[in-house]
Amino acid sequence: MSETIRRMKDLPSTHLLGTGTPMCSGCGGLEALHQIYDVLGENTVFVNAAGCMTLLSVYPFTPFRGSWLYTAMGSAPAGAQGVRDALDILLQQGRLPPEDDLQVVVLTGDGSAYGMGMSATSGAMDRDLDFIYICYDNEGYGNTGQQYSSATPHGATTATSCGSRGYPGYKKDLFSVWSAHRPSYVATVIGSEPLDLAKKIEKARDMTGPRMIIALSPCPTGWDYDPKDSVDIGKLAVKTGVWPLKEYENGVVTHTRVPRDRPPVEEYLQRQGRFAHLFRPERNEELLAEIQDRVDHYWEEVV
Amino acid sequence: MAPTLLTGNVAAAWGARLARVDYVPAFPITPQTEIIETLGAWVDSGDMPGRMVTLESEHSMLTAAGAAAATGVRVFSATSSQGLLHAMEMIYTVAGWRAPFVLVNVSRGLASPITLEADHNDVLAARDSGFLQIHCADCQEVVDGVLLAYRLAEDPAVRLPVMVNLDGFYLSFTREPVNLPDPAEVAQFLQPFDPGAIRFAASAPESQAVAVLGGSPYSYFRYETHLAAQNAVSVYGDIAGEFRERFGRERGAVEAYQTEDAEVVFFMMGSFATKAREAVDRLREAGQRVGLLRPRLLRPYPADIIAGALEGVSGVAVIDQNLSVGQGGVLHTELSAALYGREGAPAVLTSFIGGLGGREISPEEFYQMAAVTRQAVETGVTPPPRLLYTETELREIRKLQSVALVERDETSPRGGAGKPPGEEDKQ
Ligand SMILES: Cc1ncc(C[n+]2csc(CCOP(=O)(O)OP(=O)(O)O)c2C)c(N)n1
Ligand code: SF4
Ligand SMILES: [Mg+2]
Repeated sequence: MSETIRRMKDLPSTHLLGTGTPMCSGCGGLEALHQIYDVLGENTVFVNAAGCMTLLSVYPFTPFRGSWLYTAMGSAPAGAQGVRDALDILLQQGRLPPEDDLQVVVLTGDGSAYGMGMSATSGAMDRDLDFIYICYDNEGYGNTGQQYSSATPHGATTATSCGSRGYPGYKKDLFSVWSAHRPSYVATVIGSEPLDLAKKIEKARDMTGPRMIIALSPCPTGWDYDPKDSVDIGKLAVKTGVWPLKEYENGVVTHTRVPRDRPPVEEYLQRQGRFAHLFRPERNEELLAEIQDRVDHYWEEVV
Repeated sequence: MAPTLLTGNVAAAWGARLARVDYVPAFPITPQTEIIETLGAWVDSGDMPGRMVTLESEHSMLTAAGAAAATGVRVFSATSSQGLLHAMEMIYTVAGWRAPFVLVNVSRGLASPITLEADHNDVLAARDSGFLQIHCADCQEVVDGVLLAYRLAEDPAVRLPVMVNLDGFYLSFTREPVNLPDPAEVAQFLQPFDPGAIRFAASAPESQAVAVLGGSPYSYFRYETHLAAQNAVSVYGDIAGEFRERFGRERGAVEAYQTEDAEVVFFMMGSFATKAREAVDRLREAGQRVGLLRPRLLRPYPADIIAGALEGVSGVAVIDQNLSVGQGGVLHTELSAALYGREGAPAVLTSFIGGLGGREISPEEFYQMAAVTRQAVETGVTPPPRLLYTETELREIRKLQSVALVERDETSPRGGAGKPPGEEDKQ
């Protein structure tokens, strides 16, 4: 993959990830991973933390053409450190031919990235580890039944926030936390915007150092909606301004898409059962306004 | 070569250097720090090739160690106590990966209360993990143990990580004369690491450590690991034999000292066993037939070798420098399990807990333990387990408590909790 991706027709037409995985139908995380893998290619080793994607590789099958190492929930970036360092040592000693080198890719959910694995991730960035981090963010501990995590948005019901106000906390700004480490690259992506995604992954692929990607991953099971709506919901997340598409490079944050005429956030919210309590039995105007205000405020700062 | 004076920590570092390790993921903890500082200095000065990286926790350190070994390089790491527990999830995990590398543990008592000095609760917390364990009694054994550990870990019939244990302070910071093996000889003894098919390379995609669904594949892999660990008993025997041929030092799975004709045998591990050896000498001078049996290899458990060495012995005084709270001594439990129902096994196993958090075990206590055990043999009545503690120690603790109470009550303006309820606020 040496051609630069500019238009939809430049997107890879061969698909590398095998089918038949045990992910739920309509899984937005898998949708993103498919596209990411097509751009990264098979000369990769995925270092995975506990989460839904752990079940991609179940003995003795794998959908990956390249390599895979499952670690634990809290330390996938440290696993990447070990693999990268070992590959470098082998290359340096001439025990591994350069064409056998691999791109080391951490693959974790938000529970890992925003929480348990945060110090391991921070450490990997401190050490300027040459790796790509893919966080598929389904805004909760999906694999254990969608309890709230530090990535859960304000007001969402989860298995551990089922009251009428939903989750009382606020989604952590991981993009800023990661950017504060000044890594080579940080970007947000979403599977429903394949061109934006592919451009960013391609850019990340061709850089060195820590390259950090957060993919918002609509999750029919955890967000409670019909699997066929995943792409629509993803598009709405971007259009309404809930999920800003942006990148960080050399100390500068650039929005790769600035949504004009943002439709109200409720258009995004009302499609998902996890926000149903904001609309029924009656509209929770206060909470809806708070959520809208936060989004508006974000974009006021941008423009 | 003339012996050099080395601490146990520097001896461990020499073990890694002589083993020509490629990669050292590290994290500091007392009393292990001197190991990683020594290695760091050698790597920085170029005296030792290889790469060292300090992680942000032992959990990450163990993950990186296992991942690097699974990628195909020779890995060394070291920790202690709280660090080992912090890494415990990965201790089990990387053993299941069958990632062969060596982890030195410098034993130190576990919190709470937090302390710095040695006992074996830390390393024994890892006993069921799949890591093999070699326990050292002196600084020479530390260098030798690291070299033996690499041979054992990397053996195709084993392929498991190995822990080499030395006691904090008693060995880690104690200088002893150590014969450093000749690097050329070591290179003969320990060939370069051959990872075989377990590695990562673009031309040979590999999925490692994948999930399983259900008890059947899970049991399959767990049994495989167990069987590999059991292979390690005879593999270790062969390696130790080769080591003796080449370096002239006996490093068998157990050290049997004066056990041949012994009636009563001390059974314990680690550096405190050297105190037991002293006691054996004194007791022998006094005409008592006493010996010492010390496992070097604790995992796999060399049950047959231990049972063989205890054949004909009447009573064993098991001295546990650990405490399984609510149960007792781990070595005592395991030895009982290994001997039960065996013909010719000692009739009496007495149990003593001592040396916790580095507490001294005095010669008199060894004499007492031998006497208690001999008496049990004579009467056929085994006494309940004993927690070694002297009246003087208890008096000292009580004194400290009273001094602290007086200090608090005399100096604190509010009187403090030492005053009867209701009187605190009367000043
Ligand atoms: C140390 C540890 N604690 C808890 C778990 C249980 N667990 C497995 S997956 C998971 C959720 C992970 O959440 P996230 O990273 O968001 O991934 P997702 O499940 O949403 O894909 C949890 C809590 C675990 N595997 N390890
Ligand atoms: S729970 Fe959500 S993230 Fe997990 S597999 Fe199902 S759809 Fe995907
Ligand atoms: Mg999640």
